[in-house]
Amino acid sequence: MSTKTLAGRANAPAVPKKGAWQTFLRYKALYLMFLPVAAYYIIFHFIPMAGVVIAFQDYSPSSGISGSDWIGFENFQYFFQSVYFFRLLRNTLMISVYQLLFKFPASIILALLINEVKNMWFKRSVQTITYLPHFISAVIAAGIILDFFSFDGIINSAITAMGFQPQMFMIDPNNFYPIYVGSEIWQHCGWDSIIYLSALSAIDPTLYEAAVVDGAKRWSKIWHITLPGILPVIIIMLILQIGSMLSVGYEKILLLYNPSLYETADVISTYVYRKGLLENDYSFSTAIGLFNSVVNFGLLVGANYVSRKLGDNSLW
Amino acid sequence: MRRSKSPLERETLGGHIFQICNTLILTLVLIVTLYPCLYVLFASFSDGVLLTKGNRLLLWPKGFQLGSYEIAFNNPNLWNSYLNTILYTFVGTALNIVMTCIAAYVLSRKYLPGHKIMMRLVVFTMYFSGGMIPTYLWLNNLHLIDTFLVMILPGAVSTWNLIILRTAFISLSPSMEESAKIDGASDMVILFKIIVPLCLPSIAVILLYYAVGHWNEYFNALIYLRQRSKFPLQMILRELVVLNNTDSALIGANSTAENLSVTVPVKYAVIVISTLPILFLYPFLQKYFVKGMMVGAVKE
Repeated sequence: MSTKTLAGRANAPAVPKKGAWQTFLRYKALYLMFLPVAAYYIIFHFIPMAGVVIAFQDYSPSSGISGSDWIGFENFQYFFQSVYFFRLLRNTLMISVYQLLFKFPASIILALLINEVKNMWFKRSVQTITYLPHFISAVIAAGIILDFFSFDGIINSAITAMGFQPQMFMIDPNNFYPIYVGSEIWQHCGWDSIIYLSALSAIDPTLYEAAVVDGAKRWSKIWHITLPGILPVIIIMLILQIGSMLSVGYEKILLLYNPSLYETADVISTYVYRKGLLENDYSFSTAIGLFNSVVNFGLLVGANYVSRKLGDNSLW
Repeated sequence: MRRSKSPLERETLGGHIFQICNTLILTLVLIVTLYPCLYVLFASFSDGVLLTKGNRLLLWPKGFQLGSYEIAFNNPNLWNSYLNTILYTFVGTALNIVMTCIAAYVLSRKYLPGHKIMMRLVVFTMYFSGGMIPTYLWLNNLHLIDTFLVMILPGAVSTWNLIILRTAFISLSPSMEESAKIDGASDMVILFKIIVPLCLPSIAVILLYYAVGHWNEYFNALIYLRQRSKFPLQMILRELVVLNNTDSALIGANSTAENLSVTVPVKYAVIVISTLPILFLYPFLQKYFVKGMMVGAVKE
């Protein structure tokens, strides 16, 4: 996977060993160029990162971080003991697990199917059209879902046409996981398949020819050449997926849910949004957000570690 | 594409059956993917009264009217938010591209002392962030809440796009750059006169990502903006298609029983109008997607 070239090193001007100040002066144009970027990362990423200290405070905006009382892990304890904790964790994990079980393989299968198409025109059309929903905004996607699953919507039209009772989809919490994950597959499956398609196109064609000479059939070619060929990419994507298990996208859920769906639709990030920005409970919601980030980071590092131990595919 | 035709490649009967099944499955996938989009298009031209009656399945517009588009086009609320979105998209994307090019250039200079630690810090922001609330409070401290800049600055560089562009810059041959350096060209000249023109396909990809991101942005507007006059298009769309708040957002007081035939399809018409720019851009940039994703997939 690595593309280490010597491009950068080759044009390095010959620098005699000197002090740090000389080195800085030598490259000051580059450092100056980088200044706005560094400022951006410091102001909009690292300072807010430092702002998580309010998770350990009883923060009030009027007294600021320096004036607010430190309360240790009280916010975390309160969250772990609250009735919402289990529900939020369950919903977040369930949606992630559903995505891992259905959305993740769907894009791989789609890529394999597209890869087998011989007709270039058809192949191009399938790709163009399946990528398209990825560019639809969350608002429009949510609008379409709400419209399709409304009581007099098209899904209920189909259900009644088949002789069943219409359902109150967007009020009944039992349907939220499949509706949400299904809509995610609709929107992103095609787009996610691109990465596998590009990995597929990189497989050496002579491997297939050799396999055919040895009498391999279609399935054994897929099993012994195609899948191993894209396995590194699959593993990298899996690590990333596991690393974001606890960050189910709030953007779309926030648009889709309503209080009657909270039982299954309320996830950690939507709860942080409601607590923090609608109820102004800053410290408490920051604590939940921090818990979320730390668990995510731990999962990512853990998945990466396991994958590096098992084979040589890893993010770093 | 990946296999050359050889005598060994002659299709068997099983192979033909597989091809037919595969085509059928993919055709089904196409229909399922495309139908929601077509439905919105058909519904926007349909007669609202017929639309709400009976079976909702549309294979073609039911009845025909253009009144929904007329209402949408005549609404100042929608136009104002449309202009805001165009402004956020143009200014935002321009800043994104300049900043990302500079960042990618500096971080791809492997001879630069400290480039490794800078790159690590940048990548770290992908995996860990302060979160919604500390960011909000900090932007509030900076007096950025409810300003034009809050829609532009906090997303000035996307680390993912930076990695894509940096990988493209690293893979360039250094020879042209070297000769330019000997001629005394500065880093800025090398970046914008030599490297950027050579990496246009990659820049096209990240330009598309950024522009679509700005066009579709609603969450930042939801939490950072207060005044309706600054709202982007997606916020007005949200009122209309998600909250179903048609009266206040668009139609005003004249939403009566008589004109249901045009007021019901208004929300579909607005969806069509708001997505048109992306649909126009899409075919032109589509061919670069795979290239861009491929570059991005390669580990930095």
